[in-house]
Amino acid sequence: MSIRVENIDKRFGTFTALNDVTLDFRTGELTALLGPSGCGKTTLLRIIAGLETADAGRILIAGEETSDKPVRERHVGFVFQHYALFRHMSVFENVAFGLRVKPRRERPGEAEIRRRVMELLDLVQLAWLAERMPAQLSGGQRQRIALARALAVEPQVLLLDEPFGALDAKVRKELRSWLRQLHETLHITSIFVTHDQEEALELADRVVVMNRGRIEQAGPPQAVYEHPANAFVHGFLGASNILRGTIRDGLFHAEGASLPARNIHQSGGEAVAYLRPHELAIARRPDPAGIPAEIRRILAFGALARIELITLAGRVPLEVELPRHDLAGLALNPGETVHLVPQGVNLFPSAEAGTLPKPVLAKAG
Amino acid sequence: MAGATSTFPASHRFETRSATRDHGLVRALLLALGLGFFALFLILPLVVVFAEALRKGWETYWAALTEPDALSAIRLTLLAAAIAVPLNLVFGVSAAWAIAKYQFRGKALLTTLIDLPFSVSPVIAGLIYVLVFGAQGWFGPLLEGYDVRIIFAVPGIVLATIFVTFPFIARELIPLMEAQGSEEEEAALVLGASGFQTFWRVTLPNIKWGLLYGVILCNARAMGEFGAVSVVSGHIRGMTNTMPLHVEILYNEYQFAAAFAVASLLALLALFTLAVKSFIEWKSAQKSDPGIRPEESLT
Amino acid sequence: MTATASRRVLPGFGLTLGFTILYLSLVVLIPLSAVFLKTATLSPEQIWNQISAPRAVASYRLTFGASLLAAMVNAVFGLILAWILVRYSFPGKKLVDALIDLPFALPTAVAGIALAAIYAKNGWIGQFLEPLGIRIAFTPAGILVALIFIGLPFVVRTVQPVLQDLDAEFEEAAASLGATRWQSVTRVVLPAILPALTTGFALAFARAVGEYGSVIFIAGNMPLVSEITPLIIITKLEQYDYAGATAIAAVMLLISFALLLVINLLQAWSARRGRREA
Repeated sequence: MSIRVENIDKRFGTFTALNDVTLDFRTGELTALLGPSGCGKTTLLRIIAGLETADAGRILIAGEETSDKPVRERHVGFVFQHYALFRHMSVFENVAFGLRVKPRRERPGEAEIRRRVMELLDLVQLAWLAERMPAQLSGGQRQRIALARALAVEPQVLLLDEPFGALDAKVRKELRSWLRQLHETLHITSIFVTHDQEEALELADRVVVMNRGRIEQAGPPQAVYEHPANAFVHGFLGASNILRGTIRDGLFHAEGASLPARNIHQSGGEAVAYLRPHELAIARRPDPAGIPAEIRRILAFGALARIELITLAGRVPLEVELPRHDLAGLALNPGETVHLVPQGVNLFPSAEAGTLPKPVLAKAG
Repeated sequence: MAGATSTFPASHRFETRSATRDHGLVRALLLALGLGFFALFLILPLVVVFAEALRKGWETYWAALTEPDALSAIRLTLLAAAIAVPLNLVFGVSAAWAIAKYQFRGKALLTTLIDLPFSVSPVIAGLIYVLVFGAQGWFGPLLEGYDVRIIFAVPGIVLATIFVTFPFIARELIPLMEAQGSEEEEAALVLGASGFQTFWRVTLPNIKWGLLYGVILCNARAMGEFGAVSVVSGHIRGMTNTMPLHVEILYNEYQFAAAFAVASLLALLALFTLAVKSFIEWKSAQKSDPGIRPEESLT
Repeated sequence: MTATASRRVLPGFGLTLGFTILYLSLVVLIPLSAVFLKTATLSPEQIWNQISAPRAVASYRLTFGASLLAAMVNAVFGLILAWILVRYSFPGKKLVDALIDLPFALPTAVAGIALAAIYAKNGWIGQFLEPLGIRIAFTPAGILVALIFIGLPFVVRTVQPVLQDLDAEFEEAAASLGATRWQSVTRVVLPAILPALTTGFALAFARAVGEYGSVIFIAGNMPLVSEITPLIIITKLEQYDYAGATAIAAVMLLISFALLLVINLLQAWSARRGRREA
């Protein structure tokens, strides 16, 4: 089922959680709502579910206006951030709940309930836990039971609020690929909320980046990552090196280097360049497009090595990432001066840089 | 009124660390002072009640409890509690639902007003109903016209009992339901449950121990209230005497053994209340979430 | 962010809030307002004559004096009891912990006659005090004893959880910085539990001011000497002096409300302190 969100406004007191948000979610797609905390992503999810009412705007599910439908009639599956499993019921009863509270004429018989619940528990690979209480489960297990419970009522859409937020890193990764597989099997239109860009990019068919109650950009993960619409999206989707400079004669001048000023509609004045750490090549020889910088530290653990540098001109800290065996070939030493040649530059008007949540150098999430 | 303090098993951590361990003498002195005070002020009165009740033997004891006026006092006490407790139960659940599950203006004021009867002297609690329903009160003449008696009659006793036990259940449930949040209720609604189903199948099982706790405390106070009931009762033997009032009359007539016999029933009620209370505390400490289990691998 | 969201999606708001306010108004607010409305029908002079009569004034002094003293005794011994319950292990501790609440559960009339039987001049303890010339029952000292009994759990039950949550690390930090045990208790532990102790003191005081049942059996109830304010209200009612009873009740109510306000402020202080030290 497709979902359409039209001109949604929502405020809490003086705080604007959502500001004229319009979005389409296509049938069968898995969409990520991505943004920093307080950007309105969870509020939007709760409005779609009917757990919150919008101050203005409409929600259409499968083309049908649902704004005034009470939550229990919307047939959405909702997985809560902290799972909200009924703590006094067994796993089985949790999953069966949605079937048991159906009006008498729609309610399946006890045998049918048992069959459906066990089928769902098999789907989430936890049939062996049916008689346990929620308190006896691990976080990852609770998460999967919450999902099975949401699926029991055969929802038209599945909404997940920070589905992996409360889990530790290892389980998070495992569950992520498991959820992706599950989506491939079921193909229910799904929306999940996250503040982890890696999670959003890896898992979703489409990523919607939100900030301060507005949508900054929406599109397939690859497109959003490679062509961020603005400085905020670039900063939020991964680590960034930030250089301030000026545009003159079609070139961006900063830190002693002149870079081609493509993809900016600005012929002069101040601008800010965003450079991904892995998109900076290290050269020994001076280069007009190379930024002279001094190596401060070299951190080589795992497959990628990280090099911390500082520009000679403006003492701006920069970070470069490169495969470890490339590092061995270069034979770099701390204190050495090198030239950093950007492979891809994203230029934004300097005013926009102010909307960044933080000058990102370390990886978010 | 009791804080819902759970069991305190962890004195161990203070006794094993050098920085928090008290000197042996200090410890002995504090234990002696504390337990001496406890014995003098709490244990001794309790012992006295039972000792005095049985001073003249079991027969006198039994006779004091089975004489008609005593029986009628017991009946009236049970009746007043049987009306007051359920009414305050419905009120408590309703107030806790409204206060814990929603945000609205004036919530803090409402919470304070619910506690009000605790800070009003029992004597004033009785007086207010005399002012409203008494012969010279607001509705006195009107009620007299219909020959309805509230003051110096059973309805007055019930009203005064409701007033003094008013906050008990609400104030147990409000913090409990606030702490539990609304996520489980929201989950139930998303899964298609109606409001009543949500309350009955999700909320109620989660608050049952707190509810029982409140009911037990409410009941103890309802059966034991003296001041408020004394003002509105009129002390008509066999008619408007509750157990505590009966104790007073017997005591003032120097029938000490009989007075203590009836008092011992009330003391047993108090001990029963404390036992149930401890049981509930133990139970809820046991049931409290043991935390998230270590992860087991998928598959 | 969603915590403050309007949760009106849960059904029943109108019904439960409506019933709550209706029941609260019928049972508590409207009857209570009768005290002030009745008082308002008196002339200021009448009110003043009632509330400033020598017997009334003597009763205020007694009621508040005894309540204050009882609350102070309870603050000291309540703190000791909370301390030994949290910090020490000793046989029968669970039983002591459970029985601390006895004054909440034991009807006041029962407590009253039991205390009278203990402290009367031929009573369990009174008989030993009589030869020493000490009289407790039927004197203001008896009132004090009764008020100590009913107020004790308030202090223990407000201090105990705070003491329980106070991490041993604070004292270890103090000790590592060179503090003696006495210094670390008086400068680290006591300030941390002070809001709770003050709250418990105020609760015990507020309860004592309105107490009636446990006091009248042991007080002797002599006008100007051992007659508490609630008893004056009852006496006036029995003489059908509704105006007099109501005027004095109004004074007591105002004081109770003021105490309630103070207690609410103390609890807010306590909660703030708890958060900061958590």
